[in-house]
Formats: sequence, structure tokens, C-alpha cells
Amino acid sequence: MFELIDVKYQEVVDIPHLYITKGQTVLLGASGSGKTTVLKLLNKMISPTQGRILFCGNDLKQLPSVDHRRNVMMLSQNPIMFEGNIRDNLTIAFKFQERVIPGDEELYKILGKVQLEKGLDTPVNLLSGGEKQRLALGRIFLLDPSVYLLDEPSSSLDQDTEDKIIKMVSEHIKKANKSAVMITHSKSVAEKYGDEIIEMAQGKILYRRLRDECNK
Amino acid sequence: MNAINDLSIWQVMLAYVFVLVVLAITSIRGIGREKEILISSVRMTIQLVLTGYVLVYVFANPSPLLTALIIVLMECFAIYTVFNRFKGRLSKKLKITIALSMLVGTLACLLYFLFIVVRIDPWYDPQYFIPIAGMMVGNSMTGIALGVKSLIDGMSIQRNLVEEALILGATPQFAMTSIVNNTFEAAIMPTINSMLGMGIIFLPGMMTGQILSGTSPATAVNYQIAIMLGIMGSVAITVILMLQLGYRSFFNEEDQLV
Repeated sequence: MFELIDVKYQEVVDIPHLYITKGQTVLLGASGSGKTTVLKLLNKMISPTQGRILFCGNDLKQLPSVDHRRNVMMLSQNPIMFEGNIRDNLTIAFKFQERVIPGDEELYKILGKVQLEKGLDTPVNLLSGGEKQRLALGRIFLLDPSVYLLDEPSSSLDQDTEDKIIKMVSEHIKKANKSAVMITHSKSVAEKYGDEIIEMAQGKILYRRLRDECNK
Repeated sequence: MNAINDLSIWQVMLAYVFVLVVLAITSIRGIGREKEILISSVRMTIQLVLTGYVLVYVFANPSPLLTALIIVLMECFAIYTVFNRFKGRLSKKLKITIALSMLVGTLACLLYFLFIVVRIDPWYDPQYFIPIAGMMVGNSMTGIALGVKSLIDGMSIQRNLVEEALILGATPQFAMTSIVNNTFEAAIMPTINSMLGMGIIFLPGMMTGQILSGTSPATAVNYQIAIMLGIMGSVAITVILMLQLGYRSFFNEEDQLV
């Protein structure tokens, strides 16, 4: 799906060559290892200072950035909420993308999926960090891109909710035949859900392996 | 109409009593701005006296070249003033945008106002061209300076919102909508507010000047209405041009924030 060829981004990332295959890829690594930068490069929020990134064989440089971001969507570790209520935040991206805004029924369905038991008119400033993270996850599910780039989607959640959310994310992506690149600190999450596991340290790739190989 | 009551130099000197009053207040209260008050009073006097001499010459020897030269100087000075106010904070792209918007916005409104509304003859008549250009360029300069400040501040405060909007698939133009609209409002509001108070709270300078120099209040009012509308148009067009072109200076060709 993605191929990184001799990619450098400032002093932060240095990847001579990397394949990211279709399915669920987990990016592991300590803070500051360059994982978020890799997601931003894949999402075209930034461009490499050197090298090329291919997406399904096409050079990212040649793909229109806005179209690519709609197709390969990123969920930030600390997603920003827009002014207003839950409904506003679930539907705002539909306005950005000039798409038909879904009805309340669909919005409630998504809230149920991300286990956020709140009314659509609830102001977002009343939500906790974990609730905001789930709302942001719901927002991206609703948009249904081809590839999900998830930057620690459960970092603000307690252990129990984290397990449920990650499981739900994984099932959703599998069922919809989508792909995901997910950052996590948890090796157990990586082993459990990653079809492919990549570990980074100091901007470099330590290893890339398929899950089956890990379990051998 | 009464004859014009000319002011002698001595009478003008008497008006400097106000400077002494302000100096006394700042000195007694320990505000410590005496130097600035003195410099601004002296500078204003010298600038206006020199302008007076220039205008006397230009009015006595009207020529298209001279009128054009003065307009170009006004525009350059206005653009330089905006650049200077935001020293080190403007990218090259934004500077070009500001200069272009000032030139296109003010000149388009000025030419429409003089040729279509007032219908001056000869077309380069400095008696109309220069004061009206001064008002339009001056007000547009203030509007654009307010606009640039609001744009830069808005971008620095709301950068994370713009970034999130891009992540969610917004075009740069859509991502900047709220900042651009707020900036336009911030830039145009002083002009709108001054229009609201005009005639009730204060009499505008141009109208007062015309009445003092013997023009009938009815004519002065007509001119004032027309010029206020012209100024509003000039400020609005200049600022919206700056915003429509200027928001792009925060993005590169790949629609990424710079």
C-alpha cells in the first residue's frame, strides 16, 4: 500500500526503505522515535525533505493533497474539537468535504459504536479527554476513509475502555475491508491486532515483521 | 455665505497652548511621554507646512504627471507604513499580497469615485485627485493594517484548528474561513462605526474643512456622504483582496501549513 524510498524528514525521520502492506499495521516505539511524523508523511500533512513515498504505486507528490487526506485520514493523538456540540463536531468534516450531512440516527449509531453515551446537543467543552478522543474516533469512522492513520487512539482511555475500543476499531477496519496504520506504546496491543508490526527508534526502523513471524 | 476667516501664524501659534496643556498633564502625572508629544507636534507641523507648499505648487501647475507622481508616493508610503508596522512578521508572499491589494483596491475605487461619481474635469485635476486619494489610501492603509494584525493573530491562536480542518479533508480556503471572516470584520468595523456616529456625535474633518472654507453645508454634506461610501468601499475591497490572496501565504503548493 505505502512504499517509503530513502525518506528523510529533517533530523526526525530517516528511512532507507519501508513497505506498509494493506491491512492493519502497528507502529511501535518510544516517544520521540518519529512515529507521528511518519503518519503525517503518509497523510501528506508534511512532505519528506528527501526521498519519495508511494501510495498504491503513485508518488504522493503527484496526488492532490486534499483528495489524498480525504482518502487516507489521520486521527491525532490529541484531536482538536471545534466550537459547538457533539453533532457539530461529528458533521463538520462533511461540510469541509462538501458531502451530504448524515442524519441524527446515523450519528447516534456511531456514538454507540465508540461507546459515548451522550446526547448530540451536549457541548464538547463538557466532555473529558477520553470522551473527546472517542468522539474524534467516531468522526473519522463516519467519514469512512480507505485508510485510517491512528495516532494512539486510546491514549486517554482507561485499560478496560482501551481494550474495547481497540477491538472495535480492529473489527470495524477488517469488516469494512479497510486498512489502518496505528501507533501504540503497547506491545500487547501490537501483538494482538497488528497484521504487521514496525518498531521505530530515533527516527529509524528497528524492524518490520508480520504477526505470524512474531508468534513463532 | 460669510467670507473665510483666515488664520494668521500668530493665531495658529495660540493653538499650541493645547500642546503645553498636554505636556503639563503628562509631566505632573509622571507619565513620561513628553518627548513623543513634542516630536509628534513638531513633526505634524512640519509635514503639513511642507504638504501645503507642495499643494500650492501642484494646484498652480496642474499636470497629469505630477498628480500621478503624488498618488504613487502616497501608495508607496502607505505600503511602507504597513510593512514597517509588522517588521519581521511578514513573509515575502504576504508583502507582495499587501502591496498588490493596496494598489488595486484603492486605485479601482479612486478612479471610479473621481470619474464616475464626481466626474472631474480635467481628469487629473489635483484639487480633487489628491485629497480624495489621501482619504481613501489612508483609510485603506488603516484597514489593511488591522486586517494583517488580525490575520496573523488569528493564525497563531487558531493554528491547531486550521490543522485539524486540513486533517479532516478541508481545503486551505475552507480551513481559513473563520479567520478570514473575523479579520474582515475587524478591519471594516472602525469605518462602519465612524459612519454610525457621523453627523450626530461628530462632524467629519473633510466636511468641517469645506464648511469653514465657505462651501455651502448642503454641498459639503453631499461630498461627505459620497466620500464615506467611497472610503468604505475602498477599505472593504482592499482588505478582502488582501485576505483572498493573503491566506495562501500560510500554505505551500502542497496545501500544507508553513
